[in-house]
Amino acid sequence: MWFAVLAGAAGCYALKYLGSAIPGHVLEKPSVKQVVVLLPIALLSALVAVQTMATSQELVVDARLPALAAATLALRFKSPFIIVVLIAAATAAGLRYFGLAT
Amino acid sequence: MESTATNWLTVRKEIVGKAISIGVAVAMYGVSFGALGTTTGLTIPQTMALSLLMFTGASQFTLVSTLASGGTALTAVTASWLMGTRNAAYSMRMTPILKIKGPGRLVAVQLTIDETTAMGLAQDETAFEGRASRLAFWATGLSVYLLWNLATFIGAISVSAIGDPKAFGLDAAIAAGLFALVWPQIKSRIEVSVALGGALIALALTPFVSPGVPVLAAALVAVILGWVTGRRLS
Repeated sequence: MWFAVLAGAAGCYALKYLGSAIPGHVLEKPSVKQVVVLLPIALLSALVAVQTMATSQELVVDARLPALAAATLALRFKSPFIIVVLIAAATAAGLRYFGLAT
Repeated sequence: MESTATNWLTVRKEIVGKAISIGVAVAMYGVSFGALGTTTGLTIPQTMALSLLMFTGASQFTLVSTLASGGTALTAVTASWLMGTRNAAYSMRMTPILKIKGPGRLVAVQLTIDETTAMGLAQDETAFEGRASRLAFWATGLSVYLLWNLATFIGAISVSAIGDPKAFGLDAAIAAGLFALVWPQIKSRIEVSVALGGALIALALTPFVSPGVPVLAAALVAVILGWVTGRRLS
C-alpha cells in the first residue's frame, strides 16, 4: 500500500511542478498565452458541470442541479460568496430532507 | 493613498473570509476522505500521507476508491495521476501571477489545486499590483491545507461519525463555491464559449470514459479557441 500512496503522491506533485517549469518566454507568445489563460476557465467550468450532474460515470439530475440554479440566481444579484454557497447548500439539503430530490 | 490603503484592508478581509469558508467546506469532505481511507484498508499514517503529500482531493479519492474496488496498486496510481493532470495547467497559469523564486515555489506548486487556482484567478490580476491574486492563492492554500489535513486525521481516527456530507448539501455547496469563483472570470464572448463548451464536452463524455477524463477533455476547447483567437490578436 505504501507503494501506491507514495508513487501516487510523487506523480501528482510532479504534474503540479511540470506546469510551473515551463519557461516564461514560451508563455509570452500571444497564441500560447491565450490558451493558458483560457485553460483554467475550461477545466473549472467542466469540473462544476461534472460535480453538478455526474455521479461516477452516470449523468444524473438530483438536488445538486436546482441548488446550482439557486446559486446562479444569487450570483446574478451580486450576492456575497458565502451567501451563494449557503443558498446552494440549503437548497440541496432542504430538497433531500423533504424527500423531493436525491 | 489613504483610500487605497483602506480599500486594500477591505479587499484583504474579504479574501481571507472567502479563503476560510472554502477551507471549512472542503474540510467536511476531508473527514469523509479520512474515514474512507481507513475503512478501505489503509493505515492512519498512509491516509495522512495522502492528504499531506498528494494534497489534491480528486486524486486522493480516486486512489483510495480504486484500491477499495479491488484495483491493483498500479491502476490506482495511474488513475490518481490522471486526476492530477489538470493541476499542471493550473500551475502554468498561476506561476507568472505568483512571481516567486527559490524554495517558496516548491510550496506554491504543492498548493496549486482547483480551489486555490479558482480563488487566485477570481481576483483582478492587476489589482493592487497583483497582491489581491497572490493573497487569494496563499490564503486559500493555507486554509485548505491545514483544514483538509486536520479533517483527514479526524475522519481517519473516528471513522465517519459526522454522517453523510450530502445531507448537509455539501456536494452542491462545493460545486456552487467553485462556480462563484469561475463566474467573474467569464466576461468576454470567447470566455463564455470556452466555459459552456468545456462543460458540455465533459458532460457528453461522462458516460463513456473513466472519471477524470471528461474534465481533462474540456481543455481541448481552450486549446482550440485560444490558439485561433490568440493568432488573430498577434
